[in-house]
Amino acid sequence: MTEERIPLSREDVVHVARLARLDLSDEEVELFTAQLRTVLDHAADVASLDLSHLEPSSHPIALRNVQRADEPRPSLDRDEVLAAAPSVEDHRFRVPRIGADPS
Amino acid sequence: MTTATAVAAAVRAGERSARDVVDEALAAVAAGDGEYHAFLSLLPDEARAAADAVDAALAAGRDPGPLAGVPVALKDNLCTRGAVTTCGSRMLEGWRPPYDATVVEALRRAGAIALGKTNMDEFAMGSSTENSAFGPTRNPRDTSKVPGGSSGGSAAAVAAGFTPLGLGSDTGGSIRQPAALCGVVGMKPTYGRVSRYGLVAFASSLDQIGPFATTVEDAALLFDVLAGHDPLDSTSLPSQPEPTLATVHGGVEGIRVGLCRDLVDGCAPDVVARVREAADALAGAGAKVEEVSVPEFGYGLSAYYLIAPAEASSNLARYDGVRYGLRVDAEDAARMNTATRTAGFGAEVKRRIMLGTYALSAGYYDAYYAQAQRVRTLVMQAFDRAYSSYDVLLGATAPTTAFDVGAKVDDPMAMYMNDVCTIPSNLSGHPAVSVPFGVGADGLPVGVQVLAPALQEALLFRVAQVVEATAP
Repeated sequence: MTEERIPLSREDVVHVARLARLDLSDEEVELFTAQLRTVLDHAADVASLDLSHLEPSSHPIALRNVQRADEPRPSLDRDEVLAAAPSVEDHRFRVPRIGADPS
Repeated sequence: MTTATAVAAAVRAGERSARDVVDEALAAVAAGDGEYHAFLSLLPDEARAAADAVDAALAAGRDPGPLAGVPVALKDNLCTRGAVTTCGSRMLEGWRPPYDATVVEALRRAGAIALGKTNMDEFAMGSSTENSAFGPTRNPRDTSKVPGGSSGGSAAAVAAGFTPLGLGSDTGGSIRQPAALCGVVGMKPTYGRVSRYGLVAFASSLDQIGPFATTVEDAALLFDVLAGHDPLDSTSLPSQPEPTLATVHGGVEGIRVGLCRDLVDGCAPDVVARVREAADALAGAGAKVEEVSVPEFGYGLSAYYLIAPAEASSNLARYDGVRYGLRVDAEDAARMNTATRTAGFGAEVKRRIMLGTYALSAGYYDAYYAQAQRVRTLVMQAFDRAYSSYDVLLGATAPTTAFDVGAKVDDPMAMYMNDVCTIPSNLSGHPAVSVPFGVGADGLPVGVQVLAPALQEALLFRVAQVVEATAP
């Protein structure tokens, strides 16, 4: 963990925004690059620690998979769920054409 | 408004109707909340109907429950069936959930009345409630100041006296820090002790719902109603919760208190002074108080601001304009997703999604995300070591008293520093509570934080009650 890290670049921010499906203006890219760099600089204290002897923890408590009995039970009301959707057709969520690349 | 304990006692004794309590609370909000903006929406019809049901139960000789007729302010990231739940975001403006959060049902079963939904930083990301898409909340102690966040609306509602109780969610301090800044009690339970079902997810391994109240006794009363196993939350603890209310006045004779230097050093001098006075007061009440250093806590902030954004970037992927919430139309689905997310999320949410996406991306995963998870292990081990010598830890809740509206909105790192004392308990999943203890140099409230090992909520409240009783 001691190798020199390359600071976050404008291109990184543009790339990450595309992965996250966010469209940023040039001013936002500028601003977020500077702000995220500050946060990552602060995180350098953590990134440079030698913690290879420790296991990563994803949760505060030891989790075990939980299974319930495979029995039918009421689920959410379909009409109530669909009433909250932006667009519906034949009891299904309606979306625009799928297939074009966003870039 | 008086305490929840007093309201419930009066309603159960037939001295006051629940309807009267609710009408009075609604009138107080209508008259006073223009100044604070604690509530995003009220539930007047539902609240009056629920109050009438409580009164009808009493008339029929049935006990409506320990919170009979007590109005509660709900943070707007708790799902209320058929009632708008926004998370402080344009993304969910007007969204009506098809189900109730488990805590909302628990309140109803206890006779409590959901009065309305409170303002918050968008998707609970923030420490001042200024990141709400619907405008900031003001601190009822001084309206030029922020109430803290992200549960600033619930803290302000309780501080203003609109409701005796509030619910918030605490991912990195979002209950305790606003409680400190508004001068009320705010508590984060052990992870898994209160069901998260129906809490809109921010960072699932850190989020926990908890109470706001004006007294420690009221906080314990509400916690006991919320705590318990829920099969609808796969991280809900299976064990029976230990009731806390009965022992809240048990005192601190012989309790070993570690005054944690790492949760005090670096705070403003007036905050440091109050925490040290609280430590002295606990010693005066019979506790054995010593100073302890847990330097690992110093890494908590950095680890948190990698783990929480990473989880958020995944959780918030669901806002894609397909099933609920905002949609901005475009010629194909991918462009619709992007247009929707670009229009629906505010700047802080975008920052965190990008930070999290970056920390999880190829080439950076090990250096940032996995490393932050190792720090989490380090912090958990440090807590275990401290708790081998002490029953509870004591520190500040927030580094300063409430700051000016607008002071930190343009400096994310300065805003994040507000969470430095509260984050360790989120990383470890341990319970902690903020208790008002005097005021700072500016006359604004100071919060003292008590921290306890997992599932030791009863002990936590006992110590907190002595802090409260000895406060200047």
